[in-house]
Amino acid sequence: MKRSHNLFNLFSYVILILGLFIVAVPFWYMISTAFKPQTMVFDLPPQFWPNPSTLSNFVKAFSEDNFGLYFWNSVQVTIASTLLTVLISSLLAFAFARLQFPFKETLFYVLLLGMMVPPVMLIIPQFVISHWLHLYNNLWGLILVYVTMNISMQTFLLRGVFEDVPRDLEEAAMIDGGTPWTIFMKIILPLSGPGLAVVVINSFLYAWEEYAWANVNIGDSAKRTLPIGIALFQTAHLTEWGQVFAASLAALVPVVIIFIVFQKYFVQGISTTGLKG
Amino acid sequence: MQAQKKRNQILPALIFLLPGFVLFIVFFLGPLLYSFRISFYNWNFAHSDRSVFVGLQNYITQIKSAIFQRAVINTLVYTVITVAVKMVCGFFVAVLLNQKLRGRTFFRVAYYLPVITSWVIVSLLFTFLFSGQGGLVNYLLHNVLHVVDKDIMWLADPILALVPVVLVDIWKGVGWTVVIFLAGLQGIPAELVEAAAVDGANRWQRLVNIILPMMHGTLVFLLVVQVLGGLNSYVSFQLITKGNPMDLTHSILTLMYRATFTRLDFGGGAAISYMLTIFVFALSVIQLKLLRRPAGE
Repeated sequence: MKRSHNLFNLFSYVILILGLFIVAVPFWYMISTAFKPQTMVFDLPPQFWPNPSTLSNFVKAFSEDNFGLYFWNSVQVTIASTLLTVLISSLLAFAFARLQFPFKETLFYVLLLGMMVPPVMLIIPQFVISHWLHLYNNLWGLILVYVTMNISMQTFLLRGVFEDVPRDLEEAAMIDGGTPWTIFMKIILPLSGPGLAVVVINSFLYAWEEYAWANVNIGDSAKRTLPIGIALFQTAHLTEWGQVFAASLAALVPVVIIFIVFQKYFVQGISTTGLKG
Repeated sequence: MQAQKKRNQILPALIFLLPGFVLFIVFFLGPLLYSFRISFYNWNFAHSDRSVFVGLQNYITQIKSAIFQRAVINTLVYTVITVAVKMVCGFFVAVLLNQKLRGRTFFRVAYYLPVITSWVIVSLLFTFLFSGQGGLVNYLLHNVLHVVDKDIMWLADPILALVPVVLVDIWKGVGWTVVIFLAGLQGIPAELVEAAAVDGANRWQRLVNIILPMMHGTLVFLLVVQVLGGLNSYVSFQLITKGNPMDLTHSILTLMYRATFTRLDFGGGAAISYMLTIFVFALSVIQLKLLRRPAGE
């Protein structure tokens, strides 16, 4: 019994380390390529620890090739759409969790339609509407669409979180003459931290990584966000992988930081929304 | 008193709902209906009033087109393979990680890194790894393992070009199935599994007779979410194969993009996306039905 247990442990480690290897090698090769001079990119045998190594890919990407600008565009779009998503979906979720109004169920199901239709399918009509509203080539065209594509799922998630806040607190506030607005601001929001953190992470990742809509709605190269900046650079310079991956790494850093910082909240958030983890 | 309180809430409710529903109507519901309309027209983007109503013609043209049929087959094959592999691998890794192991958290975080890396980055990375000359995969197969005698031109062949697309999805997606499976596994009472062990059930019997049946809800959830994700694949196809060679490697949505924005056939593109929408919608409804059913245990 004991011996079979140890064997199984050994077996587990072998499999898990093999998996780790499969995950790590492409990442590591990407990082090492970002530090290689162009002449070494396709060298065989492949160099996993480039010698000589260079920072020139990063310098070129951020000076000549405008990735600094794309990065800044992405930052603006991401911050604005994250803030708006958190605000608008918590307003919606509060109404559905706590207020009484006609057609409540129907409206909720209509909103849930947004979870069933994948974003890419709507880019044709959104493209037409974006032209009508003069949002083509405009970062607001990205922000408003990102918020819309997120609110269904995030409202659904937050409604569950808000419903778990004990009602006796509100009843006390009601007796003291509190309005729905004060209950929302003073009771519900402060008690829903982990749930809100999950919404922040979801909408941050969506806006930071979105490609399909940005690729359609942005024609002017000065308005590009990072994902389309990186993809279009690769299409135009087929072999300059060092710069492609230098820019990719720069795009990846904020994501990894957010992931590591919020990881605790992330796990808590998952458990408050019903999935234990 | 109760009725009065209810009436009082209509105005606040309106204020809470308004910003969300305005956006939802303008950028979601409106477009959804509008694209339905476009799909019945030979649509003129510059002068939409000159568009010609063609009935079901766009749908018929697409269904009869060999390129569309090929895109449907590509998408279905891709979905079946990637979902199956991700489910099986994810489940076994989750079972391994569900023991008291040193470094558990580290493995879990490491496996999750590809999940949070964007589709654009991972797609370009795999394009690079599968380069015809000087690519890491060819180096491994040709120079290290000697299983092929010359470099493979992955992206020049309509079947081989799908290999990196499939592999990148598995590589990126397994970490997510692991986390969801782990959550499901942790919901199973440990006493139950221990009791079975005391009764003499071996590891395999415990897995098949106790753990799997109790994971019914998790399995259905993962299956449906991943099938939907697979059918909607876009970025990896667009960046890795771009439909090449000869439009034989499209997914349904990259074909939709090509019809619309390369050939300016907005009606045809809308028809493609509507066919997929209806299919996906039906699947989502089935998902809701299955999940609402009191789980089989």
